[in-house]
Amino acid sequence: MGGGVLTVRWLAEVRVGLRPGIADPEGQTVASALRSLGYSSVSEVRSGKLLRIGFEADDRDAAEAALGDMCRRLLANPVMEVATWELATAEPSRAEVPG
Amino acid sequence: MTLLAARPRIAVVVFPGTWSERDFAHVAESVLGWEADLVWHTDTDLRRPDAVVLPGGFAHGDHLRTGAIARFSPVMRSVADFAEAGGPVIGSCNGFQVLTEAGLLPGVLLRNDHLEYRCDWQWLRVERPSSSRAWLGDLADGEVIRLPISHGEGRYVADAETLDALESGGRVVLRYADEAGARTDAANPNGSERAIAGIVNERGNVLGLMPHPERAAEAEVGGTDGLRLFRSLEAWLREQPAAVERRL
Repeated sequence: MGGGVLTVRWLAEVRVGLRPGIADPEGQTVASALRSLGYSSVSEVRSGKLLRIGFEADDRDAAEAALGDMCRRLLANPVMEVATWELATAEPSRAEVPG
Repeated sequence: MTLLAARPRIAVVVFPGTWSERDFAHVAESVLGWEADLVWHTDTDLRRPDAVVLPGGFAHGDHLRTGAIARFSPVMRSVADFAEAGGPVIGSCNGFQVLTEAGLLPGVLLRNDHLEYRCDWQWLRVERPSSSRAWLGDLADGEVIRLPISHGEGRYVADAETLDALESGGRVVLRYADEAGARTDAANPNGSERAIAGIVNERGNVLGLMPHPERAAEAEVGGTDGLRLFRSLEAWLREQPAAVERRL
């Protein structure tokens, strides 16, 4: 954080799901429960997780790069998962320390 | 100085949520007369052990993925260095999950195919024990042993290329089987690919397995097959002057 830089507060929704082809017993169980409730046309359910992340970055490129890092290092395991995200600007922030 | 004079010492890593550390320490100290050090996950000093144990449990609550957060605990840098130097490392259950997340073993462990937590005795076929003399030197190729399992996320998954490499490298060392040693769907408690229950790294010093050897070390609790992994380690250590001298 350089002094005097106006950073922006971002809100990201990161979706992490299993790669195609990796068996998803939770999704299969939900699909079967839906069918047993009468939704007979349900052919597939894939489960996953949603993570909402609030953070600060100077611009969209920096925000995207940070999210890519977060996903690679922690949020998804590339052996069996894929992560996608949507990024929204929350508000400009004056979090900088004069400097 | 005789090598036989030294008592093996194990470092047992404890993350928030680990639950099998005392069982490992009990077997080491009370059953075998070894020394065991519990090492908190923020500690980076393993205190020169002969072997490192990553026990079972729910490190960091299993949040995000099993082992995903534990792999960033400060102690894991020291565990990786110890493994890199050829030191024997065993990860059982959650410890196996941590080893895969840390990249010390390939693949990943996912939710059991039936979604149930499974806590039971399990027959296992030993394969290629010569791939890990440190952990399996006391076991014979093809023999069937019985150890407890206790997990909800033990389904071993890796891509076909990785699985083939593990098999051709003799690195699949434990497979779920029936009492006769046959690999059947019914004997696979979690849907693991190719019934894989335990694998080793290329050098054979790092073993990851879903079963709990520390829970099968006294006849009073139902079996002693787990003790044979500890005995293997002790025999191997006695053949390694460097490992013993490190502590003298």
